[in-house]
Amino acid sequence: MYRNLVCKEVLYQGHGNQTKNAYFAAPEGPGPFPAVVFIHHLPGWNEVCIETVRRFAHHGYMAISMNLYSAYGEGDADDIGARARADGGVSDEQMLGDVAGAAAYLRAQAGANGKVGVMGYCSGGRQAFLCAGRLPDLDAAIDCWGGRVMVKDASALNANQPVAPIDYAKDINCPLLGLFGNDDKEPDPDQVNKTEEILKALGKTYEFHRYDGAGHAFFDWSRPSYRPEQAMDGWKKIFAFLGKHLA
Amino acid sequence: MCSYITEIVAISGSGKGRNDWTTLDKAVIYYDHPVHAPFDHALNIDFTNSVTNERVAVELSAQSARDLIARIEAALNSGDSVHLGSQDAIREKLAGGRQADRMIEHVPPFI
Repeated sequence: MYRNLVCKEVLYQGHGNQTKNAYFAAPEGPGPFPAVVFIHHLPGWNEVCIETVRRFAHHGYMAISMNLYSAYGEGDADDIGARARADGGVSDEQMLGDVAGAAAYLRAQAGANGKVGVMGYCSGGRQAFLCAGRLPDLDAAIDCWGGRVMVKDASALNANQPVAPIDYAKDINCPLLGLFGNDDKEPDPDQVNKTEEILKALGKTYEFHRYDGAGHAFFDWSRPSYRPEQAMDGWKKIFAFLGKHLA
Repeated sequence: MCSYITEIVAISGSGKGRNDWTTLDKAVIYYDHPVHAPFDHALNIDFTNSVTNERVAVELSAQSARDLIARIEAALNSGDSVHLGSQDAIREKLAGGRQADRMIEHVPPFI
């Protein structure tokens, strides 16, 4: 564990080469350190993002969480998230550009070992899966209960999210970790199974872990959905996976 | 569930926000993860001023929301009988009634 950390808000070049804000944390010291891009969920760039980034740093990773809603200005995370929601959310293309920019920021840091993974919860899990298929430079991806990786009907697609992430599964060239609650409705166990079947048929490197007694968002200690035992096992799986693929 | 099905409707009225009363012109309605209410999913409404971006937010259980819909209808119906012919009713009729509060947009599901 690394108890001395460097934590700060930073600027990076995101989608369209725009300057955007993000939160960065890293262990003190020369490294080399692997790195993680954490994608926030649709409700907003909130305290959970800060804590998650710091957690990665505590475990020896450089980490960054971009504010996908930087165009909506300053304010409480839930208020900014509400504005983004009313606009239909950010597009997949913007998200991909922001993740690519954040990954480049991490690789450029002194002490970086050059390997970068991506992770997200909920909508961020879907986006992490999409990143795995669309951003060939990534070294690992973690999908935590991402819904609508596979859509049940075409009406779920729109201008901002025009293609289901599963349609890019053939292009995934990094290892993928998936964590899911068996009581979740989106993705439900059937969707998780079908996603796994596709990854298996394509010969992709992946690990899927399913948890009984857990539904959606079982890492979130602030919500009734929190399941401490499953969450702590999930974090062990995450660090084992990243330790294997980003070292 | 990450349905993020969002309905948006033009409204006309006021609400009391963080600091003071504000004019409200739009309501954003979605059944999804709440920020504060202790439910996995809630019926959330953001009453907003689209110029200043001020927001009055509520997060209700699904049953509460259904009960509220029924009681709003009951209150409006009883109010109509009492206030029929009032200046408010006349103004509303001239403006096209509550039908003026039409659905202006349906945002498809996203995540």
